[in-house]
Amino acid sequence: MSKQAQHWEKTRGLLIVTLAIWFVFSIGIFLFGAEMESVGGPFGYPLTYWFTCQGSLGIFVILIFWFANRQEKIDEEFGFSEKGDD
Amino acid sequence: MIKGNFIDNLPKVYGIYTGGFLAFIIIMAIGEQMGMSAKAIGIAFVAFTVAIYAIIGYLSRTAQADAYYVAGRQVPTVFNGMATAADWMSGASFVAMAGGIYFKGYGYMALLVGWTGGYVLVASLLAPYLRKFGCYTVPDFIGTRYGGNLSRFLAVVVLTVASFTYVTAQINATGTIASVALDIPFQYAVYVGLVSILLCSMLGGMRGVTWTQVAQYIVLIIAYLLPVFWISNKMGAGFFPHFMLADEVARIADLEAQFGLGTVKNSAADLATVPKGLAGITKAHSAVNATPWAFISLALAMMMGTASLPHVMMRYFTTPSVKAARKSVGWSLFFIFLLYSSAPMLATLSKLSLIDPNLATGIIGKSISEVQAIDWYQNWNQANLMFVSDFNGNGTLELNEFFMGGKAVVLATPEIAGLPYVISGLVAAGGMAAAMSTADGLILAIANALSHDLYYKIIDPKAETAKRLVVARVLLVVIGFAGATIAAMEIQGILGSVIWAFDFAMSGLFFPLVLGVWWKRANREGAIAGMALGLASGMGYLIWVRNGGSGFLGITQLTFGIFGSAVSLVSMVVVSLITSEPDAATQKMVDEVRVPSGKSILGKQH
Repeated sequence: MSKQAQHWEKTRGLLIVTLAIWFVFSIGIFLFGAEMESVGGPFGYPLTYWFTCQGSLGIFVILIFWFANRQEKIDEEFGFSEKGDD
Repeated sequence: MIKGNFIDNLPKVYGIYTGGFLAFIIIMAIGEQMGMSAKAIGIAFVAFTVAIYAIIGYLSRTAQADAYYVAGRQVPTVFNGMATAADWMSGASFVAMAGGIYFKGYGYMALLVGWTGGYVLVASLLAPYLRKFGCYTVPDFIGTRYGGNLSRFLAVVVLTVASFTYVTAQINATGTIASVALDIPFQYAVYVGLVSILLCSMLGGMRGVTWTQVAQYIVLIIAYLLPVFWISNKMGAGFFPHFMLADEVARIADLEAQFGLGTVKNSAADLATVPKGLAGITKAHSAVNATPWAFISLALAMMMGTASLPHVMMRYFTTPSVKAARKSVGWSLFFIFLLYSSAPMLATLSKLSLIDPNLATGIIGKSISEVQAIDWYQNWNQANLMFVSDFNGNGTLELNEFFMGGKAVVLATPEIAGLPYVISGLVAAGGMAAAMSTADGLILAIANALSHDLYYKIIDPKAETAKRLVVARVLLVVIGFAGATIAAMEIQGILGSVIWAFDFAMSGLFFPLVLGVWWKRANREGAIAGMALGLASGMGYLIWVRNGGSGFLGITQLTFGIFGSAVSLVSMVVVSLITSEPDAATQKMVDEVRVPSGKSILGKQH
């Protein structure tokens, strides 16, 4: 397999992992909104409420930075990263 | 100021700017103590901030195509994040969001999840690849990837429909704020708002918009967070509201039960006496009050819409590299998170301060005549944002007898909580910044698509740069005036039209964009079918439901993009597969887009 094909395979793998995490916290958990309601969440908020106003939002922020770092590593591994800028 | 090593000095420039703005707030506070009138403070806040944006717009003037269209591709990640956050958070986010949460609770918070989760799709599926492509506009990508004028033209159509739906709401919002702050009639205030918007974008295009949006973000985030923290501390609810309001949320749930929320219903005759646009509290504050599908479908539509809205996507064309584009999406969402996570806190503080009988500001349980004598009640009643009525004739205000406009949560809560007027002036400046920054991004997206893709690429490919930029600026003014004229007619509410814009964008653009990068087999015929049928079916569904159609699968007029994008996906895949695969050059182009290194597909100047 060519270098480029390997790079794309890894990139696609990272995409699938990223979208899976995204799916869980944007859609998956809200299938159980009513069930989670009686569970206590961080800072004493009801868990469903916490996820909708802080939890999922914060997880998305972290997820994007994590994704960006992983993708950079993949690009570097195959020598496809850009040089000399931020 | 913009020339030379301006980019290296950005932290210093905006640090001084932020310090100057804080000093201005303090001067206004001192002025208030010394007897400056509320009206003068309001005018000073709006005039001062708009004047600064205009100066930045003037200093950013340019005659270069790449500076005009993509800010010279040298905007650092963090600053592009701030600019995108301002671009993204509209008058609706600033003024209407906390109100929506206040009235509708959990069901509405699907928008919080949707309007943030969409950025994961932007970062992973699209932004870095479109940056590598080197396009000026979103239709530029569609037109080059799929080839042919028809595909480019259809992308321009979808972009224009979605963005224009959105922009009228923003010009409307600038008009509302300008009319309140400057005390002039709405029909004129709309044009005052428009002129302010055009001052930022006309001379410098994307470069001017970028540097004003950063300035606008700083104003709007201070204007949103300062009152939230202040009110929380003043009420004794907690020093850091985001981590400390659990007791208050629980207290609201107790009060809702105590006041018989949901059991005491108003008769239709009583409700008919309530002024238009005002609503009572009828939904639980934190409890789950929507079915899973209602919540998820709305969140999903907003997420896919986020990834298809051109005015957001084009912000990532301005970063220096592909790597920077990815990081910049993270920063954008971080800056958006600061405001979005505060909106539910503001809604909680606002609601508790109004309904808790144990607080001095609480009005439920007081006598009607006592409430009607309160200063702030009279002010906001006159502004047509608050209303009480003794439906059951017992002389006491009940929860079901109190009505408020959604905007009042952001606009009136500082005054109810007893904050000085200077905060209300600050909030007006923040709302103006939020609406102006989004309107600028949208008008520029439309004007750039029409000038670059329609005029330059399709009508007159030989046009010189100077002529192209004149056309771009003329279109900017024309589109702005068209938007303002429609806004002045006041036909739709702010929030409804904002949500439609997301649905239009996802119906026509989501799959043609995503598959353009991720599916090599996608070809011109497929993309044309995907855009045309997606937009047409989404629009058809909306018209059908608006005219009494029952809809299906629980897809409403707020989520019609789910239907439109499904049609778009199916038609795009089917048509692509029954027609011939893209030529070798196109396939090679897709391969190149997929790696960050090497030259961009389109040249620096094109």
